[in-house]
Amino acid sequence: MLTARGVAYAAGGRRLLDDVSASFAPGAVSVVVGPNGAGKSTLVRVLCRELPPAAGEVRYGGRPLGEWSDGELARVRAVLSQSVELAFPLRVWEVVLMGRYPHFAGRPTARDEAACEAAMRYFDVWDWADRSYLTLSGGERQRVQFARVMAQIWERAPGATRYLVLDEPLTFLDIRYQFEFLHRVRELAAAGDLVVVGVVHDLNLAARFADHLVLLAGGRVLADGAPADVLTPDRVEAAFGVRPVAHRLDGRLHLLYA
Amino acid sequence: MTAAAAPALARHYRGVLPLLAAGLVLVVLASARWGAVAIAPAEMASALRHSWEAPGALTLDERIFLEIRLPRALLTALVGASLAVGGVLMQALFRNPIVEPGLVGTSSGAAFGAALYFVLGASFRVHAGAWTLPAAACAGGLLATWLVFTLSRTGAAGRGSVVALLLTGIAINALFMSGVGFLSYMARDPQARSITFWNLGTLAGASWRAVAVVGAATALGVAVGLRHARQLNALMLGEEEARYLGVDVRRLRAVVLGANVVMVAVATAFTGVIAFVGLVVPHLLRMLRGADNRFLMLGGMLAGGILLGLADLAARLLLAPAELPIGVVTSLVGVPAFVALLRQRRAFF
Repeated sequence: MLTARGVAYAAGGRRLLDDVSASFAPGAVSVVVGPNGAGKSTLVRVLCRELPPAAGEVRYGGRPLGEWSDGELARVRAVLSQSVELAFPLRVWEVVLMGRYPHFAGRPTARDEAACEAAMRYFDVWDWADRSYLTLSGGERQRVQFARVMAQIWERAPGATRYLVLDEPLTFLDIRYQFEFLHRVRELAAAGDLVVVGVVHDLNLAARFADHLVLLAGGRVLADGAPADVLTPDRVEAAFGVRPVAHRLDGRLHLLYA
Repeated sequence: MTAAAAPALARHYRGVLPLLAAGLVLVVLASARWGAVAIAPAEMASALRHSWEAPGALTLDERIFLEIRLPRALLTALVGASLAVGGVLMQALFRNPIVEPGLVGTSSGAAFGAALYFVLGASFRVHAGAWTLPAAACAGGLLATWLVFTLSRTGAAGRGSVVALLLTGIAINALFMSGVGFLSYMARDPQARSITFWNLGTLAGASWRAVAVVGAATALGVAVGLRHARQLNALMLGEEEARYLGVDVRRLRAVVLGANVVMVAVATAFTGVIAFVGLVVPHLLRMLRGADNRFLMLGGMLAGGILLGLADLAARLLLAPAELPIGVVTSLVGVPAFVALLRQRRAFF
């Protein structure tokens, strides 16, 4: 379980987060949605310890974030960002192996290499192991980054929870890649010991793939629950200033804008 | 690609290191052999033997070899190594292939510190024996590097932008080199007097003491670098990504930058400013094999020595018996490489 309780954060005299509380359970895909400036990125950065909250606290598995060492946290929690640009010609294998850095000292063990291979096969990038990262397209690079962060937390340990934070990783991808990634994320979360928290811009995408939505607006939680309960026309209008029509197609919620 | 991906890659990197090591040995031998006087291999061998058995009865050629050529060849290899590894470390820390110690103030600051010692050292009476000169160079190098980073981070150009870094580097380099010029103008010490010595570098002042001091500083820089090679690799992904992988980025920057400044400043104290080695060597190694920092440091140590050794040979032989400043030769190689790097899209601005 990943929990935020009463989290506040201010910068430049503006309250970016105000008393935000939310719990993210293992086995489910949780997505934070909200308009620009709602505090989604700020919340993710507080959850990742990139920003220190002015008030409140974040707990990983019941243990306050402040008690985790950098190394401990890196062994159970991985973060995928929008995009990762390299200035140097690394091979795909080298990039993925970096995901294992928190796990080995000196040389990678057979277990580290097995985790990399498994993650690379899972994201269909194993055949590129020897290619230069710089020769890949944006979508291909993001697949490699997905393999890297999953290699970081690939192994399951009995009784332990793994955490995957997705910081708008789909921003620069086309719809096919977006669907593919979210399918796989759902599949990974189904293992039951993985907490997935992400920021996704597209409400329909969020409604389609998330089990649990947190709607932020103006730095506060406007709604928290199942997608169909959170994304009501009234709430969406309150948060975004645009009123949608909620439409059901094959049992799925779709928001249409007139 | 099979399951043997990792060992194959390790072999791919390692395979080139023995070749570079052999090349370095050849270059060191060649620079000991040729110069104003050519020394036959037999004399080189006998000089080494006699230095043990009968140090008093050396021939002139043997003494030239032992007291001038050999220390110079070794100092060249060490300075080349420290400049190349210094380039690797700077580029890793700033995630940009066009950064090198000469561009961010380290070398000019070190030259200023060393020149200050030559001119004013006697009147200060603060002496740490053989370590006073390197300590003065380190202080100057640290000051100039710190100024460049602090000013480039607080300026309007934005935090950590490489353009801001390079522009601030130009300004601080100009400031410290004009300081060196002023000290040279005032100086009585013949070494400090020669502004070309500081501006363009020379290895003519090589001595066994210089070899020992530069060797110690190079060993320190390389050891610290190798110890943090993996963390520097992680930093290639970006600061945040490195932190997500458990790297304490602030500490990494402080430790690696500190060791790097010491290494480069000590080399500069004995040889003046030699530019572009730190730029060219890592670039060549990346083209040759790849960007793993452990490989770049080990390879840079060897290839830096080779490049500077060849440059020093050229400097001594092209206009023999006169000697070109070595910085002229490294610039002839380095400027085209710098321009080529600028034209690539890989450099972030």
